[in-house]
Amino acid sequence: MDDLLKLLKGNARLTNQELAVMLGITAEEVAAKIEDYENKGIIKGYSAICDDTIIDPQKVTALIELKITPQHQSGFDMIANQISSYEQVESVMLMSGAYDILLTVRGHSILEVSQFVSQRLAGIRDVTSTTTHFMLKNYKENGIIICSEEKDERGLVSP
Amino acid sequence: MIDYEKVLSKTVREMKPSGIRKFFDIAQEIEGVISLGVGEPDFQTPWKIRQTAISTLEQGKTVYTANAGLIELREAVSDYLVKLTTQRYDPKSEIIITVGGSEAIDLAIRSIVEVGDEVLIPEPCFVCYAPIVSLSGGVPVPIETKVENEFRLTAQEIKEKLTDKTKILVLPFPNNPTGAIMEKKDLEEIAEVLRGTNVMILSDEIYAELTYGKKHCSIASIDGMRERTVVVNGFSKGFAMTGWRLGFLAAPKPITKQLLKVHQYAIMSSPTTSQYAAVTAIRECQDSIEIMANEYNMRRRLVVDGFNKLGLTCFEPKGAFYVFPCIKSTGLSSDEFCERLVHEKKVAVVPGNAFGACGEGFVRVSYAYSISHLKTALQRIGEFLEELKQ
Repeated sequence: MDDLLKLLKGNARLTNQELAVMLGITAEEVAAKIEDYENKGIIKGYSAICDDTIIDPQKVTALIELKITPQHQSGFDMIANQISSYEQVESVMLMSGAYDILLTVRGHSILEVSQFVSQRLAGIRDVTSTTTHFMLKNYKENGIIICSEEKDERGLVSP
Repeated sequence: MIDYEKVLSKTVREMKPSGIRKFFDIAQEIEGVISLGVGEPDFQTPWKIRQTAISTLEQGKTVYTANAGLIELREAVSDYLVKLTTQRYDPKSEIIITVGGSEAIDLAIRSIVEVGDEVLIPEPCFVCYAPIVSLSGGVPVPIETKVENEFRLTAQEIKEKLTDKTKILVLPFPNNPTGAIMEKKDLEEIAEVLRGTNVMILSDEIYAELTYGKKHCSIASIDGMRERTVVVNGFSKGFAMTGWRLGFLAAPKPITKQLLKVHQYAIMSSPTTSQYAAVTAIRECQDSIEIMANEYNMRRRLVVDGFNKLGLTCFEPKGAFYVFPCIKSTGLSSDEFCERLVHEKKVAVVPGNAFGACGEGFVRVSYAYSISHLKTALQRIGEFLEELKQ
């Protein structure tokens, strides 16, 4: 991967000036490259990775497997797009293997997520089965350790 | 009651503890210190290497190896040395696997130096050369490298210190603490001085994999120098394997034959688990080095730029993972600067004089840390400098 993208994926809040120094190019060149990535749809957005258990300890996350009857012509796309449009849904992936679509849903309670599954998902025609897994603990997300501080094992000063 | 003053060797009693150690003890006492003081990578050893170690342990491969090291590792090192030095060393007779680069340095100096022999040591440099020379009864002769030469060693500086007692020239490049490198033309000039003499070269190339913009050049690759060079290298820095304690040396057969005796009596053989892991490192993990070196390079630029903006001028180091900014503009000595910085802003950097008297007026800053860590530390150093001015 391009070093600029790698740096941004690690920390999207680095300034163009800082990025420029690290890459050995000018801040203007950084700005132009980022704009180009945005225009091409390579960079889709910038978001904060949060520990939701601190913000809202009641919040629940579920991974839901769906089996789907593929539709004539559109295959899985139409249903996947429909599911993607629900605001509770955080990610939607078409999978190989025992089921077809895997989605991540976040809600304020188990009840809320359960209702979403039974009323919204199970109600979609062509969804033949759902399996819901509630997340117990999140250890790492987007390459960032969530549940504990990464500890530097090294001494303060060494040769 | 036993008199310890009398039982302990005078040479050892008079040996000064490392200045790095002294500063470590100060920093350790203060809570919440963030450090830019370490001389080791922040990456973990690549997983493949660790996996090999685990699986050889599971298979019970836990016995001594040959004194010189596992032959498959020496063969791997032999191939690796072609990349590092352009020279082919015979795995059976010209390579010894050692307990870190440190043991290789110790072996070479102790096997070569006799009482009264002089050893030329370019400073600032890693802390171990002079004490080991003294232990052997030799005389360390420091050569002051200069910031205006980007801390390179020049032929002229060698000429000034060369006597008929000179036994070894230590070449510690890429350099800890300055980050200086030696390029081919610099080495050729030095070679010109040494040709026709009996002076040996101890080329400590432990940071050879970490150079930026220019590839490392080993003095062993310069015409006529292989025969007089002991090349020291290891796995600690390039492969992020400091705790595995594994290095190696390569030299012509008449030299390794003698060094091996010392290694055999002192060490027997290097750690077996580490040796198996190192085979995987060389054979399968060269790409990890490039990824790590690329990361270091970005941090290096950030930190050099950071110090220069703070007004602590810092030449651009082309190797290792240190920058060596000049702190003379603060009016403080290296020790004062470091002690006040760690007390007032809780940032640990190492005084330059820990690496030789001519390091006074500089501090060593390691950038083997995450970008956010480096930014926080730079910001605190900035605040420290502002408060000094008031």
